[in-house]
Amino acid sequence: MFGRIFHLLVKEFLQMKRDKSARFRLLVPPVIQMLLFGYAATFEVFNVSTAILDLDRSQESRALTDAFVHSSRFRIAVPAASERDVRDAVERSDVQVGIVIPAGFAELLKKGRTSPVQALVDGTNSNTALIALGYVGQIAGSFGQDYARNLAERTGRALGRPMVSVGLEERYWYNPNLNSRWFFVPGVIGTLALITIVNLTAFAIVREREVGTLEQILVTPLRPVEFIIGKTLPFFLIGLLEVSIVAGFGMAWFHVPFRGNPLVLLLGTCLFLLAALAIGLLISTVCTTQQQAFSSNFFVLNPMFILSGFSFPIPSMPQALQWLTYADPLRYYLVIIRATFLKGVGLDALWPQMLALAAIALGLLTVAVLRFRKSLD
Amino acid sequence: MTAAPDAPIVVAGLVKRFGSFAALDGVSFAVARGEIMGFLGPNGAGKSTLIRILCGLLHPSAGHARVAGIDVAADPEAVRRRIGYMSQKFSLYDDLSVAENLRFFGGIYGVSRDDMAARLRYAIDMAGLSGREESLVATLAGGWKQRLALGAAILHRPPVLFLDEPTSGVDPESRRRFWDLIHTLAADGVSVLVSTHYMDEAEYCHRIALISGGRLIALGTPREIKRQARDAGARAAEPTMEDSFVSLVGKATAAQRAERP
Repeated sequence: MFGRIFHLLVKEFLQMKRDKSARFRLLVPPVIQMLLFGYAATFEVFNVSTAILDLDRSQESRALTDAFVHSSRFRIAVPAASERDVRDAVERSDVQVGIVIPAGFAELLKKGRTSPVQALVDGTNSNTALIALGYVGQIAGSFGQDYARNLAERTGRALGRPMVSVGLEERYWYNPNLNSRWFFVPGVIGTLALITIVNLTAFAIVREREVGTLEQILVTPLRPVEFIIGKTLPFFLIGLLEVSIVAGFGMAWFHVPFRGNPLVLLLGTCLFLLAALAIGLLISTVCTTQQQAFSSNFFVLNPMFILSGFSFPIPSMPQALQWLTYADPLRYYLVIIRATFLKGVGLDALWPQMLALAAIALGLLTVAVLRFRKSLD
Repeated sequence: MTAAPDAPIVVAGLVKRFGSFAALDGVSFAVARGEIMGFLGPNGAGKSTLIRILCGLLHPSAGHARVAGIDVAADPEAVRRRIGYMSQKFSLYDDLSVAENLRFFGGIYGVSRDDMAARLRYAIDMAGLSGREESLVATLAGGWKQRLALGAAILHRPPVLFLDEPTSGVDPESRRRFWDLIHTLAADGVSVLVSTHYMDEAEYCHRIALISGGRLIALGTPREIKRQARDAGARAAEPTMEDSFVSLVGKATAAQRAERP
């Protein structure tokens, strides 16, 4: 048995060695994607294009405008002379946010009254809109508080009642600066490993089926299980290598910290790769051509990505979809990889994810092997 | 040449159903040691199904088949160790060299390390590929590939060889060389079961089994088949193999239609 698997492995590595473009495909795209995600994928909002219309033209209104501009969150993209200008700029998508400071703004403030400021936000991209609006509120709020404190001091508390407020001391654990790269980079590692391994496995087996070599191999004493082991073991090793390379690159280039035990991550990675191999194998049992495998992979991988919690928070999904996420191995692996990278926790915290991954991998592998044997008839 | 009950290939009442369709409907025959048995029949007659059952790739629905003394349904793996198989689809690895392909198949067939070099030499000489051991298979012409595939199928010295339309898409000169090889192997005692579309190839076989609609409609030497066709009223007085084939298959098809309205 081991002899036969050994010969199959030798064959696989010879073919891989010969396929020069494979090495390129395995190394370069993951690193490029890592760079892309690292730089492009961010939840933070900077430089929101903004139009500010100051109808008050007072010292106070200019101070508020400065506060917006100096926050680095907003960038004045369009000069606005009238409310119509602001509205047009939003409609033409020249700006995402329009801020109108109405006439009488300073008047009300001086009396210690609440003074309204209008914010028009382009809600097409609801996520950015919400975050930008949050910044508007923060900046306006802190401007108002500072003003009230000043006013109270100047007028001997006659005006601008000193506000009673709850001072929130924020501490972000594990990622103190809320750097979204720290969140995305580990996630990219898991996603890339999944895509690579499912594709490699499905295509490799379907190719043998398509060319006819699979049938030739099946009339040899090689057992289906031996074929599966010999065929998938190289991809398992490639998966480990790819995770190491992409992780190392993410740490070196983006300075994402690794705080946990590498062995815990290794265990999680092995379980995850087994699940990925099983998915690739399953796809190969329902496809007879590489063309079919291509579309099937797309059909399977995209939902796995969406349901994984890579970027869309699972608790915000409808209940039925949340249940579905429990079947997604990427969901568990993302928890494991983020936790080992950022939180530095070990098996004591991650055993439920490990157990779930092991169960999924075992289940998928069993079904895949049974289906594979059936697909030969 | 008559086949004894302990012959290398014995098939008795073999039936294979796919749903309600009977691809094989009670086929019986035997192939003796060193005999070349040709399988002739229209597309979909059941030739490939039969070969796939004998290789242990498909499970028979009823009946028995013994290959190299082993029941194919009971122990298909033991059967596979004792057979060589080559199909119409060229099935070596294009991106491996001649020697790498042979070493791979030798390896999974369990050819021992001591024996490997000699067997590789034998297969390479047989295919006429001396000096091209390191060439990628993709660079070889069709006839060479075919002979190499045959070489790969007999590395483990199987007593039984199955060839499923082995020469489709190969030029006549290469087909001739291929058949010379088959005869050499048979002379060494290998039993060969070969399915083919080519009538001239049927003449090279010791015996021919004519199969149509999942049934064996004629079995015998090429000469006997032609005589059967003449007796059955073939149009030509001296029917060729093709005439015989057309006439016997046509008669059997008509009979089967009458039987299953």
